[in-house]
Formats: sequence, structure tokens, C-alpha cells
Amino acid sequence: MGKTLAEKILSENSGSDAHAGDIIIARVDLAFLQDGTGPLALRQFEESGLEQVANPERVVLFLDHAAPSPSPELANDHITLRQFARKSGAQLYDVGEGVCHQVVVESHANPGEVIIGADSHTVTAGALGAFATGMGSTDVAIAIALGRTWLRVPESFKVVVSGGFAKGVYAKDLALHLIGRLGADGATYKSLEFSGEAISNMSMAGRFTLANMAVEAGAKTGLFPTDEVTRTYLESRGRGALFRALRPDPDAEYERAIAIDASSLEPTVSKPHAVDNIALARELMGTKIAQVFIGTCTNGRLDDLAVAAAILSGKRCHPKTRLLVAPASREVLREAIGAGYIQTLLEAGAVLLPPGCGPCVGVHQGVLGGGEACLSTANRNFRGRMGNPEAFIYLGSPATAAASAIAGEITDPREFI
Amino acid sequence: MLKGKAFKFEDNISTDDITPGRLFHLRSNLPELAKHVLEDVAPSFGSEVKPGDFIAAGVNFGLGSSREHAAVVLKMAGVEAILAKSVARIFFRNAINVGLPVLICDTDKINDGDELEIDLVGSTVKNLTNGTEFPIGEFPEVMLRILEEGGLIPYIKKHGDFES
Repeated sequence: MGKTLAEKILSENSGSDAHAGDIIIARVDLAFLQDGTGPLALRQFEESGLEQVANPERVVLFLDHAAPSPSPELANDHITLRQFARKSGAQLYDVGEGVCHQVVVESHANPGEVIIGADSHTVTAGALGAFATGMGSTDVAIAIALGRTWLRVPESFKVVVSGGFAKGVYAKDLALHLIGRLGADGATYKSLEFSGEAISNMSMAGRFTLANMAVEAGAKTGLFPTDEVTRTYLESRGRGALFRALRPDPDAEYERAIAIDASSLEPTVSKPHAVDNIALARELMGTKIAQVFIGTCTNGRLDDLAVAAAILSGKRCHPKTRLLVAPASREVLREAIGAGYIQTLLEAGAVLLPPGCGPCVGVHQGVLGGGEACLSTANRNFRGRMGNPEAFIYLGSPATAAASAIAGEITDPREFI
Repeated sequence: MLKGKAFKFEDNISTDDITPGRLFHLRSNLPELAKHVLEDVAPSFGSEVKPGDFIAAGVNFGLGSSREHAAVVLKMAGVEAILAKSVARIFFRNAINVGLPVLICDTDKINDGDELEIDLVGSTVKNLTNGTEFPIGEFPEVMLRILEEGGLIPYIKKHGDFES
């Protein structure tokens, strides 16, 4: 019987013939923590008494969720993480370097690896053909100490996306459509494995967006076969030698197949307070938006800022709408400045935030007021997510976000393209 | 044998409901964070829950963020076990890792305030209030062994590694 991508990667990793349902002990090729989950992980690490770090060069710490620190408590947590990095030899990305998932794909993740991060959106690196999955602090603490973790080999859903995207429709719209179709728990414990013409033609940025949101359907990982797009990306990041061709066997067994025609998709929005609560942007016209946020590990990349800048070029944000922009990494910020996108966004009235998670997690930098609605390019719109349970969060693409910033209400971006 | 009162919750209780991001700064002060457990969805829960009580939820309990603090504060608040129709993957691992049992069962047979008796060995839930009895779903052997030791840290302290 042939193997899915998940079965192939986990078989090779564990040196066994792994099939869906098996429990394996996997070698962890990269383990990482961020400032929200890291301090507890380090306390658990200490409590375990193991003391050693299996592969310090493959352990990375990020200060991104509350960075720069908005409070003394969080400043102290940052000190804890910096001290651990110095002591253990693990690499640390300090405040302003960017969101962990973006830095991981820019500088660390490679095809065929098993990646464990103490953050649910660790799945982002699945776009590079890495079996990447989020875990909690204790699991990652033990993975850091031992260099191993246990995994149940997931069943896979085959998601085949045919056709091409219409103008104004992006990977984010596909992600929201897919989650709406599967439901917020429709792929719980499963591996989503993407293929089809629209996937082959998709940029790495689009693939990262789609992989990033796999967890919003409950999935354990969202995997892409590797191809020339993957190779070119890795080469551009100085890791061309680590490219590997990875694809599922033609006779692999899937629990479920989902077919989507990309050309049938329209700009899509998630309504409060659930990611699977979707509607078309045009159906929500008239919904007033107090804040637009463009950024995050979902849509804070150079391609996303380019789309937003093209729509906002020569225009101004609506007087009753504020626009916050947080590039996903320092690298993205630098390139966006070079390309003129930041200048365009600032001229349109945007507030530029430092690379990092920004207001996505409700810690700082754009907490919403009671009754306010935000159109965000992030991946979650749960009640209270952006710091106020009395606020309303809508999710959409950078194009929908930029168009809505101009109109002051949810807007179909095709009107501006 | 576990015995206690059930607090009923709806489907899709997220980790943002259990430990919201606006309390991010309290994550290294767990006793303080635990005072706010679930307060946005059930403001009186934190003051009413007694050690030994249960949460009886619908589907997909604990979806969202990987923050293990959600499982930790439920346990600190006195919750003895989570009963749910289904739980999100990361929360499931986190709860077991901190020694908080997650029992998959038909929670439609439980109303808010019902008294429950749970037999972990026999894998059954007895609802003492309405007289029903129903089974608990199985979960992977490795999770059972971690739970038996009281969580992943005591498990690793005892075995030094994962048993293969």
C-alpha cells in the first residue's frame, strides 16, 4: 500500500514502516518556543531534571507575541528566555525580528523534517514539506531535552484544488472556504495534504497562508508536496542544498477527498466568533469596520503587503477606520521598504507596527474597544481573541482588508482591482 | 472512582475562552491566572467550582492556541476531569501532560449541576442525577501511561525517556 506525505515523512524519520494510526517515537529536527509558551516550557524543563538540551543548534526561541514588552511581567518572561538561550546555546530571535512561524520558514524549516513548536500555527512550515505541528509547553520542553517526541501517525485528507484563482481572490479565501466546508473540527487529528493545479501554481507565500490555517479545521498538519517553487524559495534563502523532492505515492490511502475549483471562489470572510462561520465579502457589505489589521503569520508577508499597497496606492483610509500594519518579519519589513510598499501604506494612513504578532493575540498594539469590529488578516476570530470579549473580529485576505480600510466597511476587493 | 458535580459548557470552547490573551501577562503567575478561568463565558464558574468537579462540554473543547496554561488553570481551579464529545488535538495532549484526564463520552446525557461518578478503570460515567450510565472512549496507550504517572514530567522523571 502506498503512503501519504505524512506517512512517508514519519516512516523515514522513525526508521519504521509507519501507517496511519501507529504511534511512533519521532526524532525532532527543530523545536521552538515563543514568549507566551516559553516561560512555562522552561519551568517544566527545569522540573524534569533532564538538564541537557539534545541539539541546541536546532532549538530556537522567539520573542514575538508581546514584543516589545508591554508590561513588567512580560519583560521578566523575556529575560527568562534570553538567559536560557545564552546558557543552552539555543538561538534567540529578540523583539522586532518577527513572528516565529515566518522566521522558521525563512531561516530554519526544510522538507522532510519533523518540527515541533509550542504554538498552534507551527503547521505553517508544512508548506515546505515539513511535518510541522503545534504542541504545548511540556511536550516541547521534553522534545528540547530528549530530541524526541511521540506522535500518532495521522490519517490524511486529500485536498485537490483545481483551476486558477480569479482576480482579487487569494490563498486566504481558499483557506477560509475550506475551513467553512470542513468545520472548525472537521479535520481534527488529521493531516491535510494539498495538491492540484491551483496548488502547483501557488507562490510560497500563498502556500504558507494555506498551511498556516490547517489547524483552524483542527488538523495536526497541512502538507504540500515539494516542487520547483519550493526549490526556488529554499535557494533564495541559501538552503537550496536542503531541497528534497517529496510527494505522496499515487496509491496512498486517504480517509477523505475534498475537491475545490479555485475559479469558483470569491473573496471570503469569517464572521465572529468562529473561523468556520464564513460568508462572501460582498454579502457583508455595510458592516462598519473600526480597525483593519494587516499582518500575522497568516498574511504578513511581502506578497500580502504588495497586494495591500496596490489597492491603497493614492488612496486614504476611511476617516472612521484605522489601519494597522505589522510585517511578519524584519526581512519582510526591509524588503517592503525597498519595494516602496511601506511608503504607500503610510501615505494611505497606516500605522506601522514592529515585526511580530501585533494585536492578533490581544496582548497589545491595537486592543479593540467594546462593540468595535476589526477586519483582520489573521487566522482566528474567537471571542476575546484581540483582547476584548465585547469586540467583533472578521477575517479576510489582505486585499479585502485594504479595500475595507478605504471604504470603512467590509468591501469586496474586486471593486478596487 | 471520581465523584463530583458537572458544569455544562457549549461546543467549541476555545483556549481564548479559558485563558484570554488580555491576561497574557499573568502566564508566569498561574495562581492569579487561575482566578480568571473561563470568566468571559461563565463569570461565576471560578467561584463555584469545587475540587473534584467536572467540566461536561460539547464538541471540540479547547480549540485554538497551544497555551498549556488553559489545561493548567482548569486543574488548579479544582477540575478533576474534562468530559466532552470531542477535544481539540493540542489541548488533549496538554491536559494529559499536566495530569488532567480528558474523557470522551456522550455529554448530551449530562445537564448542568448533575452529580457524576466516574470509573476510570471500568471506563464508565454514571450520572447519579438522572440514573444513566455510559461508556468513555478509548485513547492511545502512551497517553494512558502518561496519565497514570500524573503527567509527562513525572512520567519522564520515572522512565527517563519515552518507552518504545
